[in-house]
Amino acid sequence: MSSEVKLDAKIPDGPLAEKWDRHQFNLKLVNPANKKKFQIIVVGTGLAGASAAATLAELGYNVKNFCIQDSPRRAHSIAAQGGINAAKNYANDGDSVWRLFYDTIKGGDFRAREGNVYRLAQLSCNIIDHCVAQGIPFARDYGGLLDNRSFGGAQVSRTFYAKGQTGQQLLLGAYSALMRQVATGKVTLFPRREMLDLVTVDGKARGIVTRNLITGDIETYDAHAVVLATGGYGNVFNLSTNAMASNVTAAFRAYKKGAYFANPCFTQIHPTCIPVHGTYQSKLTLMSESLRNDGRVWVPKKPGDKRRPAEIPESERDYFLENKYPSFGNLVPRDVASRNAKEQCDKGKGVGETGLAVYLDFADAIARDGEDVIAGKYGNLFEMYEKITGENPYKTPMMIYPAVHYTMGGLWVDYNLMSTIDGLFVLGEANFSDHGANRLGASALMQGLADGYFVIPYTIGGYLAGTEFADVNAAKTPEFAESVDAVQRRVDKFLSINGNRTVSEFHRELGLILWEHCGMSRNEEGLVKAKTLIQNLRREFWENVYIPGTGQDLNQSLENAGRVADYLEFGELMVNDALERKESCGCHFNTAYQTDENEAKRDDENFCHVAAWEYTGDDETPRFHKEPLVFENVELSQRSYK
Amino acid sequence: MISKTINLTLKVWRQNRSDKIGRLETYPAKDISVDMSFLEMLDVVNEDLTRQKKEPIAFDHDCREGICGMCGAVVNGRAHGHEKETTLCQLHMRHFSDGDTIVIEPWRARAFPLIKDLVVDRSALDKVIAAGGYISVNAGGAPDANSLPISRDVAEKAFNAAACIGCGACVAACPNASAMLFVSAKVSHLAALPQGKPEAARRAMAMVRQMDACGFGNCSNETECEAECPKGISIIEIARLNREYFKSEFA
Repeated sequence: MSSEVKLDAKIPDGPLAEKWDRHQFNLKLVNPANKKKFQIIVVGTGLAGASAAATLAELGYNVKNFCIQDSPRRAHSIAAQGGINAAKNYANDGDSVWRLFYDTIKGGDFRAREGNVYRLAQLSCNIIDHCVAQGIPFARDYGGLLDNRSFGGAQVSRTFYAKGQTGQQLLLGAYSALMRQVATGKVTLFPRREMLDLVTVDGKARGIVTRNLITGDIETYDAHAVVLATGGYGNVFNLSTNAMASNVTAAFRAYKKGAYFANPCFTQIHPTCIPVHGTYQSKLTLMSESLRNDGRVWVPKKPGDKRRPAEIPESERDYFLENKYPSFGNLVPRDVASRNAKEQCDKGKGVGETGLAVYLDFADAIARDGEDVIAGKYGNLFEMYEKITGENPYKTPMMIYPAVHYTMGGLWVDYNLMSTIDGLFVLGEANFSDHGANRLGASALMQGLADGYFVIPYTIGGYLAGTEFADVNAAKTPEFAESVDAVQRRVDKFLSINGNRTVSEFHRELGLILWEHCGMSRNEEGLVKAKTLIQNLRREFWENVYIPGTGQDLNQSLENAGRVADYLEFGELMVNDALERKESCGCHFNTAYQTDENEAKRDDENFCHVAAWEYTGDDETPRFHKEPLVFENVELSQRSYK
Repeated sequence: MISKTINLTLKVWRQNRSDKIGRLETYPAKDISVDMSFLEMLDVVNEDLTRQKKEPIAFDHDCREGICGMCGAVVNGRAHGHEKETTLCQLHMRHFSDGDTIVIEPWRARAFPLIKDLVVDRSALDKVIAAGGYISVNAGGAPDANSLPISRDVAEKAFNAAACIGCGACVAACPNASAMLFVSAKVSHLAALPQGKPEAARRAMAMVRQMDACGFGNCSNETECEAECPKGISIIEIARLNREYFKSEFA
């Protein structure tokens, strides 16, 4: 494997704190009268997509905005519970842009870019201002000012929240802004569309091909630039906290058209989810990290102790996070919390019927603050838990276990959020740029909105103003017809296989392979095995899948087939990436590389880089490229939360 | 994990596009774990149908944690089923008994044309929001977030209205297929906050007009919407909407 193309992240020169300001000044501008001459496609309507579409339209661009659901308001950002970080320092507890930057870089185990992360920390403050102006009902104290709480990986309170529905409220704010632009005619909405291909003309992204999920029509749309805000690929594991329709297809199609995929093996396993309880299960439900502010995580000290939690005396409980990490306690970062929970369960100390769970106990918090106070902070989460499990967390500890939640990997982008394809921009979870090898809680909402409201409006202007555009028309330019043909052939192929296994069966099997071998801990042997298993499963899929119905209709089995077919290729890319990274860092825990205390052991000498993969053909090994990470402002150290 | 299972009979509305005639089809749902959600139960039935090479039941769903508002069906005559303040994806099978027959139908309203089986077109709700369900502010230039203190009670009031997930159950439950609870939730959320006040009256007028134009019915205080709302939105919001609406009429 050799690195042939030098990946240039285009980080501006100058001191860290001045990079973004300088860059904004250096970017070319599109004059107000000319903005209306440009068409921009935005795929996705989550926090990144909706905020980008709304803001670009506010500036005067013509936007076509696509989503897979029936309404832009359904995007999965809506399910984010806990909050959004911002370096406001309203709590007067020592926060600053620098500290948010540093916490994020350290939390990501030094595998993110300094320049991008610093910009994110700077913009965090603008986001809160804008969201309040939009009418987001954030939590407030009795004086009427905004309230904050703490999240993992930080020792300050910088998380703004709206009960346990922060994502919902922020998304509805972005959605409202978007609908305002729909009313002005600057945004045209295309709901119930799935992007199935990216169209490039002369090496530039100039349009997309979609399937109308109601009629089955294969449709084409042209533009001067394409913005992907299509979220993460956590559903490659089948079971995750993601919504059912969340998928990798749009990003993967762009990868196949030449966009490099960065760090695909970086997937976040969230420590506090409701445990798996049956093979029929369709998804896992997250219990917000904010619960770790007041909940204490424990297991019985004795392996195999099957007594009910109330029967286990204090002296026979192991509060393993508090004991091992006294300064951060229950608020260690997600990767650390997850790995420790797994470790306890592997020792036979797991609880519940499956033994794959640990307790999250609120008894002390309730005794200290009263049930009312706890209900005020987490009431809706407790209700949700009770609905799903039938158990009352006010009376008995919650049972939690790690589950796939977020993907730090994504399409490679430069400082302008442009991929390796000119004119293809990637925002939010779909890109890779800000969270390194582990994302801190309450930072996903921050990144999605920073990208959409405050980064892309500037950087896309720089691209549009500095680029010569050939005339392109979706109805006439041959690249569109070629792409439609390919998409149609694939749909026809799915429907003609007529085998004996359902799409879900393949998805479940793939998920188990990845969870086992490319999940919370990995090793070379398991990864090599997984690669063969995935290849075999993929072969079987194309010979033996059965998809009912037709292509000219709403056909949810057909939609899923396309997504699972892409996962069956993408899963192998994840495994390749995990194999290539011969170190441990953040979420990527290769058991061969660990410290004496079982923490992830980085190899900064050889792996302080972004791994970016270039598609070279079906069944070909993708080409590896390296973007070295340069740290000029922080010192690389072994992460310690003790 | 071994848990209690039950056997059920489903009567499900099957219809392909709104111009064809629909019908209730009967399917057995066997060995259903009581820990399943309603949608997971439908998944199991759909897997069975697929294995028999029959077309599965189309239904909308996405987050499966009760917040996206994508799912919804009328279950035994009740929008999202009989559990209070629960979306269909959060309705669990432990609330049903062995041997039950369950009738499952789509939302029925003139403003929600049927697409297929249990899937309906709710884009009318987006049109109502586009008519005025926002505060007119562009990105950039907002003042510091703490420059405008808002009392905790007011923030709470706004939040309670803003909790609407736009699922359309209120419309499905209303004998007039009115969207008043939906409209009032947004009007009330924004009118409660100082940032939303300048446009409050205009917003109420524009959204109500759009609701009428989309073919939703009028409110006649049946309060079925409040009873079925999975997020517990109160009809007090409708009273607040009326207040804003009258202001716009007489201002």
